[in-house]
Amino acid sequence: MSTLVKNIIRFALFILIQVFVLHQVPVLHKFITPYLYFLYVIWLPFGMGRSLLMLVSFVFGLTLDYFLKTPGLHAAACVLVAYVRPFLINLLIRQEGDEQNYASPSIVSMGWAPYFMMVFILTLLHHGYLVFLEWMQFGTFLYFLGKVLATTGVSMLLILITELLFFRKEKFRTNTV
Amino acid sequence: MCFNFKLLSVRNIFLFIRKFSNFLFFLVLQIISLYFLFTYNKFHEAAFMDVAGEFTGRISQKFNNVQYYFQLKSTNDSLLKQNAHLLNLLRQDYEAADTAAKFFTDTLRVDSLLTIQRFKYYDAKIAGNFTSTQNNYFTIHRGTNQGLPKSKDWGVISPNGIAGRVVSVGDNFSVVMSVLHKQFKVNSMLKKGGETGPVSWEGEGSQYLTLVNIPKSAKVAKGDSVVTSNVSDIYPPGIMVGTIAEIIDDKSSNFFILKLKPATNFSSLQFVYVLEDLQRDERQKLEDPIKKGK
Repeated sequence: MSTLVKNIIRFALFILIQVFVLHQVPVLHKFITPYLYFLYVIWLPFGMGRSLLMLVSFVFGLTLDYFLKTPGLHAAACVLVAYVRPFLINLLIRQEGDEQNYASPSIVSMGWAPYFMMVFILTLLHHGYLVFLEWMQFGTFLYFLGKVLATTGVSMLLILITELLFFRKEKFRTNTV
Repeated sequence: MCFNFKLLSVRNIFLFIRKFSNFLFFLVLQIISLYFLFTYNKFHEAAFMDVAGEFTGRISQKFNNVQYYFQLKSTNDSLLKQNAHLLNLLRQDYEAADTAAKFFTDTLRVDSLLTIQRFKYYDAKIAGNFTSTQNNYFTIHRGTNQGLPKSKDWGVISPNGIAGRVVSVGDNFSVVMSVLHKQFKVNSMLKKGGETGPVSWEGEGSQYLTLVNIPKSAKVAKGDSVVTSNVSDIYPPGIMVGTIAEIIDDKSSNFFILKLKPATNFSSLQFVYVLEDLQRDERQKLEDPIKKGK
């Protein structure tokens, strides 16, 4: 399957799972909203230009927003994740040139620790920004802090489960053909 | 010389844009999304929202077709309860045993009632419902094609109590702002004493609504009913809002803060009624100049 088709299918799947599974879960606590959808942005290939990456993330976030009637909220957070992702990859990648050797960020291409470090920072950024936009309208600082931390914890758990269930085997591609 | 300088500065701008193109693009996208967000929070209108609403409504409805089966029992129960309540109001069910009881004839014929009818009910099926966000909306499957007037701000009630207000009307679907939305406010009163105050949601889980401005002289008890007041602008008086779950004695003021358990269970909501206010135009015509004058 080509990368484009794969990503288009993922696009739809992530949106549907977020809207019709995770957002249907009854509220466990006021701090917890289960989020998984932004994993799509993390899984996008290395080879995409940074502008394209941000554009795709914007459209992705806005699609979710139209479902949840919060136009712009998730789009803004997704664009932030897409903007920061290349910086983190440059910092955390094991070996220079691995961006060319592998297709997209994963446990195989980056290693357990760096990959989850990147995911953790992006998750924290995403939720921080999302809850901040919400918090500007109401809530106390304790609410902001508690919600960011609790939601990040739940998201990390969901991402870990997803990574283990749908383990992506990345092929090592040499460019010396 | 001057021309040269100008050319140079223009070139510098281009160089700057090229160097920081990613960052500038990031800023542009951020500004677009924040603009969307803040205009929507204020006016409940956003670019492409109508088109997107039809599309997302259709998908939500497909999902709801499945979900609906699992809630048939509770839906049926609440509709049955509402029917029983309405049957209890029928006039032929009242019969006085004592003939000395005072008789009075209703001077209004049934047909003539229509001219003074204030609220017209439209039934609607829920198409999509999300109760885990801070700003909760739900989509109903009724729009202008099914007779709902285009103007927004109609009240929406469920069989058990108030549910929200319409914020945008599409061709086949409409979006309703749920009671669990921090911009939602409804004027309510205690059913027993009649003290009025605004009810709102403070965003803390879907368990509690907050009623303020009830003076401490009022008699309140846990479990008391709170209903919409006589001056509510979108609901008829006497619709259930919730029951008192917690009474907070605010030491710094002369008023109680009451936590209410909402009458409507939003996670299993399947049918609602949209209330069209037939007398609103006349009322607004009177009120608007006064409001603007202030």
